[in-house]
Amino acid sequence: MISTVVLVTGLTLILIGIWGMLTHRNILRIIIAFSLIGTGTHILIVAIGYVASGTAPIIDRSLSIAKAPMRAVDPVPSALVVTAIVIGLAVTAIMLAFAIRLYQAKKTLSIDAFTESRW
Amino acid sequence: MIRRALIVLAVALFGFMFAGLSVHHVERQSLPPLGKRYVELVPQERGAPNVITGILLTYRAFDTLGELAVLFMVAAGVGMVLGGREGDHANRLSDATPPPRQASEIVGTGAQILVPLIAIFAVYIIANGHLSAGGGFQGGAVVASSAVLLLLANPKQRFDQQMLASTEAMAGVLFVLVGVAGLIFANGFLDNRVLPLGQFGTFFSAGAIPLLSVLLGAKVGCELSVIIDRFRT
Repeated sequence: MISTVVLVTGLTLILIGIWGMLTHRNILRIIIAFSLIGTGTHILIVAIGYVASGTAPIIDRSLSIAKAPMRAVDPVPSALVVTAIVIGLAVTAIMLAFAIRLYQAKKTLSIDAFTESRW
Repeated sequence: MIRRALIVLAVALFGFMFAGLSVHHVERQSLPPLGKRYVELVPQERGAPNVITGILLTYRAFDTLGELAVLFMVAAGVGMVLGGREGDHANRLSDATPPPRQASEIVGTGAQILVPLIAIFAVYIIANGHLSAGGGFQGGAVVASSAVLLLLANPKQRFDQQMLASTEAMAGVLFVLVGVAGLIFANGFLDNRVLPLGQFGTFFSAGAIPLLSVLLGAKVGCELSVIIDRFRT
């Protein structure tokens, strides 16, 4: 149940991101939409790793080593998402750097001004 | 008009696909085999209570190393894209944008109080990565957030680029050296059993994981601070 709610949230974020990317003409807004797709994907991956009534895979007083395989959620998607968040930040940084360069070239952030590389 | 219709169609098709995915989604009742092996093996074989940090810094530590390479390339790439000739760059921006406004007193004072606290919190997150929720990546991001706060409070603040670059390089080299030590003294590259596993759940335990976590945190923090610093005009 919980994982379905989280899954739908992630998919909705991806959908909003796709819509934003296709409708907006401002490069900064396209970058924001791209980040939304990324965040939605992270939520989606975490939702897939959830196990019914599971808890965080950290051994402590309330989760003994013996019980952990029964009660913990899947650690692999969580580990993937930790790295994906950092890489998402890095990709956003590169996109913003290009946006600054494009603004310097044409003094506008509208994607309509950059028609040379259009096919 | 046609464009708008096509966009609506594309979003509707994606929505249809996602609706199918979420309707047929069934919640897992038990762990898949790989996840189960990790949950069993990390505490027993690696001595780390936090399974996720255990995966990131032992079994999949090679991927983490690759990720550090990606971060380094991004820092270099941002520098290359935004760098260029210094005078040329400054001239082109100065005629369009006004000089950065001084931060308000609230932000300035807030930064003075918060930056040391954020730094201490970051060290806590990095050093406790093997015991509770946290680790090098998360702590490094917190370090970078304190750098952002410093820049917001004082836009003219200069970071010591040389110091950041050499810290980052040292952390990277030491990370690889710990990995090579695993190759010689234990079972493979980045094996954490080069150091004694210690008592389960104590601060000095889990072999090389806390050490790798600190190196990772230093490297990520410096790298992200460099990236943020490059964006200042």
